[in-house]
Amino acid sequence: MAYWLPVIYMLIMGLALLIYVVLDGYDLGVGMLMPLAEEAEKDVMVASIGPFWDANETWIVLGVGVLLIAFPEAHGIILTQLYLPVTLMLMGLILRGVAFDLRVKAGDHRRQLWNRAFFVGSLVAAAAQGWMLGAWVTGLQGGPLGLAFSALIAITLPALYLLLGAGWLMMKTEGALLERAIHWARIAVWPMALCLLLVSIATPVVSPVIAGKWFTFPNILLLAPIPLASAICLAVIAVLLRQPELIRRGRGWLLFVATVLICVLATLGLAYSVFPDVVIGRLDIWEAAASVKSLQFVLVGVVITLPVILFYTVYVYRVFHGKATELSYE
Amino acid sequence: MDPVLLARIQFATNISFHILFPAITIGLAWVLFYFRWRAWRGGEALWDQAYTFWVKVFALTFAMGVVSGITMSFQFGTNWPGFMERAGNVAGPLLGYEVLTAFFLEASFLGIMLFGRNRVSPRMHLIATLLVAVGTTLSAFWILSLNSWMQTPTGYYLEDGVVMVESWWAVIFNPSFPYRLVHMLLASLLTCAFLIAGVSAWRLRRGVGGPGTRRVLRTGLLLAAVGAPLQVLVGDFHGLNTLEHQPAKVAAMEAIWETQAGAPFTLVGWPDASERRNHFALEIPYAASLILTHELEGEVRGLNDFEGLHPPVPMVFWSFRVMLGVGVLMLLVAWWGSWQTRGGRAPSPALLRALSWMTFSGWVAVLAGWYVTEIGRQPWIVQDVLSVAEVAADHASATLAGTLFGYVLLYALLLAAYIGALRQMSLKPAASLGLSPQPATVQEA
Repeated sequence: MAYWLPVIYMLIMGLALLIYVVLDGYDLGVGMLMPLAEEAEKDVMVASIGPFWDANETWIVLGVGVLLIAFPEAHGIILTQLYLPVTLMLMGLILRGVAFDLRVKAGDHRRQLWNRAFFVGSLVAAAAQGWMLGAWVTGLQGGPLGLAFSALIAITLPALYLLLGAGWLMMKTEGALLERAIHWARIAVWPMALCLLLVSIATPVVSPVIAGKWFTFPNILLLAPIPLASAICLAVIAVLLRQPELIRRGRGWLLFVATVLICVLATLGLAYSVFPDVVIGRLDIWEAAASVKSLQFVLVGVVITLPVILFYTVYVYRVFHGKATELSYE
Repeated sequence: MDPVLLARIQFATNISFHILFPAITIGLAWVLFYFRWRAWRGGEALWDQAYTFWVKVFALTFAMGVVSGITMSFQFGTNWPGFMERAGNVAGPLLGYEVLTAFFLEASFLGIMLFGRNRVSPRMHLIATLLVAVGTTLSAFWILSLNSWMQTPTGYYLEDGVVMVESWWAVIFNPSFPYRLVHMLLASLLTCAFLIAGVSAWRLRRGVGGPGTRRVLRTGLLLAAVGAPLQVLVGDFHGLNTLEHQPAKVAAMEAIWETQAGAPFTLVGWPDASERRNHFALEIPYAASLILTHELEGEVRGLNDFEGLHPPVPMVFWSFRVMLGVGVLMLLVAWWGSWQTRGGRAPSPALLRALSWMTFSGWVAVLAGWYVTEIGRQPWIVQDVLSVAEVAADHASATLAGTLFGYVLLYALLLAAYIGALRQMSLKPAASLGLSPQPATVQEA
């Protein structure tokens, strides 16, 4: 029990954060793309994420909640060390969260202001999340190398979100906006691919422990499918973007799914790299774990509620399946 | 400035801003369910119109609550890391259950409630509205359970200074929890009742109300007229419970410096901590003893019994009086208004003015009440177990002051935007809101 409970919680936390990155990733991406769209298209873009964003954001609360519940000591260390980026991210999320409503409810003269707030909030939140991820991977050490790495991921993650956002729009919109989404994806994909590559190279450089886990025999062979599969996903995206006819004929979801798969693969690689640490190089999951009794008590709840949550999440996505229509916050 | 005090001010700023919105949505979710249910049963179109208008207010309010709530879930860790390390075994699971049973439920079905009218059956839409209401209430259940445990901890033992759980039942249903939960749910109902009565009154004064605005106004008044006296009763029980478990808080609420029998109730006064007495005190003899012990000569413990371990007196004393004062005012206005509008009678201009002035009176009472209970717990974060100073993070004062400044600025802006948006929505004539006889055919929020 004392061995497996922390492992189970690590899995739940990883799953929650992965779901967060994918789900809030696409709606933050749509937010970042908004200034590029025509006035009327902005409403459709917001409408395409309107029914979902709130539940999407709840996944980060669950992720941080699991960190708090299962690894309270790590929760304290990580959030204290990341105080500034966390604060920035929160302010970003606050701005964009209220902008959904205020851009139409605060009166026409304020519309531009809240559209801008929606964009800025999305961008700041995405970049701050990237920064936090980078700082965490480098063991919260700081230093010039650590900072440079954090800055690199602070660019990578928003780029990934942009691609997710564009992929989402390909599924949910049509006409001119769909064409724009294809165009945006073409611009976003290469910087994102480059960033991903750089991160993959930089990670073993900044962390010798991670380097040791990957670049030894036979690990390197066993792990080879992860970068290979990522490359295949990228190739699929590239092919789709070269043949937009496929996207126009309703294959846009393939691009979205390929991007999601990249997220999944990156998470798998990262999980393998850091396990079993929760504060890398300082604290492993067993040292940081809460009492067995508390973990058992919550696990009962997780086992019962998580399937229900997933069930009604799927239900909501099914209800709003199809192209986004006139849905207004007014 | 002292970093612990700054961290407290920052957390208090955030939590004060946050509570404004759940205080509305917990009550409003049930009112919306009522509107939807009336509309679903068929009959008058006005309930559908009322739903259409108020669900927009709900959406905005809910979004404000969500974003400030996410902030709070992080600030537990950024501002009070020691709390999670020492009391995480209790706090973690209770917050976890809130996320699992309430947050996802509310957030998911809110989408259907706002945008799903043309995509699901009327019955499913009614169910979605109900589930959102259940979600908001469950959320209150868990968070108030945790807060109450911090006030009256039971069901735990300490191992090397870390809280371990002995009985989850005793942790969740700790002694002050039932009173605090009911007190807060009623507070939310009253806040929402005055909000809908106030906004409706404002719309009537401006001549933009639809045919149902008067009915909605009366719904708000009746809710308040029933809820307010109940709240007085529950508040009294809550106070007695506090006296039993947190006597230092009660001593500060009443500014009773020395333990005494037949203690007077100080209506107003200026508690002076250095001289340990109240200046300019207007007192009702024996009243404090009567209220707190239900006996004229009952003994009430004074602050002298808790030397160095009692909360700052003036803040608690004054907050308590503000809450009481606003509460009594709400009760009187609700009764006056309910009587005046009986049997479909029109509300007088004076009533409409009073109600629009009191639109946000619930906020004042809720904030004041929370200041009593939270400042009243100082210097403890978990009463008699863990002090606030022990668990604070060691951020530099400059960092805290800088981010605090950012938060205050942001929240001031958002509050202005929220009230401004509410005004904009209220100003729109009923017809342009899709409140025409034909229920909206476009999906609307």
